[in-house]
Amino acid sequence: MGLVTPDYGLLFWALLSFGVLLFILKKFAWKPILQALKNREESIARSMRLAEQARAEIARLQEESKQIAEKARQEREHEIAETKILREKLLAEAKEHARVETQKMLDKAREQILLEKEAAKKELYTTVAELTISLTEKVLRAQLEDIEKQQEYIERLLDELPRN
Amino acid sequence: MKQRINLSVSILLFIYVASINCAQANEMHKSDSQGFNTAEFIFDHVSDSYEWHILTFNHHHISISLPVILYSKKTGLHVFLSNKFHHEHGVYRGFKIETEGKFKGRIVQLNEKGVLDETNPLPYNFSITKNAFSIIITSILLALIFIGIAKRYKSDPSSPPKGLQNVFEPFIIFIRDEIAIPSIGNKRYIHFMPYLLTLFFFIWFSNLLGLIPIFPGGANVTGNISVTMALALFAFFTINRNANKAYWKHIVSPPGIPVFLKLPIPIMPLVEFIGIFIKPFVLMVRLFANILAGHMVATVLLSLIFIFSSMKACLGFAVAPISLVFLVFMSLLELLVALIQAYVFTLLTAQYIGMATEEHH
Repeated sequence: MGLVTPDYGLLFWALLSFGVLLFILKKFAWKPILQALKNREESIARSMRLAEQARAEIARLQEESKQIAEKARQEREHEIAETKILREKLLAEAKEHARVETQKMLDKAREQILLEKEAAKKELYTTVAELTISLTEKVLRAQLEDIEKQQEYIERLLDELPRN
Repeated sequence: MKQRINLSVSILLFIYVASINCAQANEMHKSDSQGFNTAEFIFDHVSDSYEWHILTFNHHHISISLPVILYSKKTGLHVFLSNKFHHEHGVYRGFKIETEGKFKGRIVQLNEKGVLDETNPLPYNFSITKNAFSIIITSILLALIFIGIAKRYKSDPSSPPKGLQNVFEPFIIFIRDEIAIPSIGNKRYIHFMPYLLTLFFFIWFSNLLGLIPIFPGGANVTGNISVTMALALFAFFTINRNANKAYWKHIVSPPGIPVFLKLPIPIMPLVEFIGIFIKPFVLMVRLFANILAGHMVATVLLSLIFIFSSMKACLGFAVAPISLVFLVFMSLLELLVALIQAYVFTLLTAQYIGMATEEHH
């Protein structure tokens, strides 16, 4: 057999074998393999896409929670500040109130004292007057034991009365 | 470094011992001096054969007999095993393997007198030769491997590839993504994938089996022009059966070419028409020549040992290590060539298919 002269017998067997092999492999090997590869690639692509989406979602959620936390913090700070102001205000009010009350009480007490003083004064006057009267009576009694002297005195008093 | 020294020392020692043996061996060898026919040795290796020779031991041939299928116009159909020819020296049912003349190596029919039948020398010969048998083995191997892989893909599609599946998946993906899609285009490539994959793995496996020196390898399958012709015929029909109108129009009247090249003598259409046949022809010759050359170089390197030992036995021993080093190097190169040629054949076929199915705007 020459090296470069094709042999129809071998050609026939080669064609037949290759044809049968092609048919068998096409049907039982390549189609399922290619389909499986395609499916796998698609599922990988899909998974990657989903993962990407999930990552974006997580990032978004993280951002959101961060914002919420930030907001909460600000609110709390705001509240604390407000409470502080309120407390100071309350404290100031209480102080003021206490001061006013004290002043009021002091005033009242002072007034009371004044009233008491007036009352005491009055009483004192009355007592002094009574004492004076009783003393005067006693003195007068003593002095006016004698009728003459009484007469005289009345007359003098009458003289003393203004003439109008 | 130390290992390298060790290696060279042992090689030198081997050559030295071989030369010492030389003197005695030479005396003994003289009686056995049939000489060594290099050309015959090489051609025996690269040619097809009716039996699968495995080894010869003490002039006793051990080989696998293959079926001989003949149809003669005179005596009808004959099917028998090739050992009936008594290792190419006998006559059976009026047939024999011709050993000389213009039909050397072919099965010829003898007439009643036991000489070549001049009127009808060659029966129709559809014997399962060594190469045909090797093709069948390769085909069965491929079918087993890839159907097995396909089963794994079907039964367990989502898990990562394992074993053989893992070995061949990159090649399958490479053929799809680097050969089929770029050459044929994203829309039509899937239609040609089974053909391209079968082609690639068939050529690659045949090449690799050809590199194994002993059965079931060793047949020079892809270095045989009949086999590459079969592959080229498949390529030819695949290309032209799927060619579209634009492709044929392009051949009948190539665009962008002056009219005087088309009329009155259709030079360019003729060139284009010849091109239809040249493309698969080139595929056929390239694969054939590359693999044949590889096998020939390997056998030449091997025969160097015998050429030298037929001159002087000691020389044979001395040349053997050098020859073997070259042989190993050549085998490694051929390992690469086996893959490259499979790739090139597949790539070019895909390119031709792409050209034939391309949509012109």
